[in-house]
Amino acid sequence: MAEQSEIRYLTPPTVEIKKKKYCRFKKNGIKYIDYKDPEFLKKFLNEQGKILPRRLTGTSLKFQRKLSVAIKRARHLALLPYVTDLLK
Amino acid sequence: MQKNYEAVFIMTPVLSDQQMKEAVDKFKTVLTNGGAEIVHEENWGLKKLAYPVNHKSTGFYQLLQFKADPASIKKFEVELKRDERIIRWLTVSLDKHALEYAEKRIQRLNGQKQAQATEAAQEPKEQSNETSESNKEE
Repeated sequence: MAEQSEIRYLTPPTVEIKKKKYCRFKKNGIKYIDYKDPEFLKKFLNEQGKILPRRLTGTSLKFQRKLSVAIKRARHLALLPYVTDLLK
Repeated sequence: MQKNYEAVFIMTPVLSDQQMKEAVDKFKTVLTNGGAEIVHEENWGLKKLAYPVNHKSTGFYQLLQFKADPASIKKFEVELKRDERIIRWLTVSLDKHALEYAEKRIQRLNGQKQAQATEAAQEPKEQSNETSESNKEE
């Protein structure tokens, strides 16, 4: 027992506290995603202008579908780029 | 049965302000002739495009919100397509959530306009003086 307590780690073991992801549209009661607001839509794009997956943003399936439509409309109207580097 | 629609189109930056307004008026008359009722219009002015369209990097954005018969939309889109001044357009039908959002947006914009009007309350007086002077000169 004494030996066990003397075990030392080179790097202290980090215990990750997982933050529960949530759908921000459901939480804030947003029912319509506006394609005319590119600054808001940029929150759901990566640096190359690709749509971020649900597993990263936590968006519910219902709103991910609406979000993708809104982003694609904004791209058509040249409010958002189709491809780019360093969007942010 | 009329439905709610929203159209955004981009005009070429080579137009002057006057020509741009003429183009907007043209499409408004196309809509009203087709039995549509224009609810709201917004001019976003000259904006930079996210990527070049027809070798142009800027364009005039115009938003129209209107009530129209679904059959008249086809004609409207054909007019947009045939016009060389239009480089991009998008017509979207509004569902109940979109309509609610659009109404809030209009209210918000009207609120901003009123705030600006009260700020610039003194300026119109000056302008009116100027116009009266110019009339005298003529």
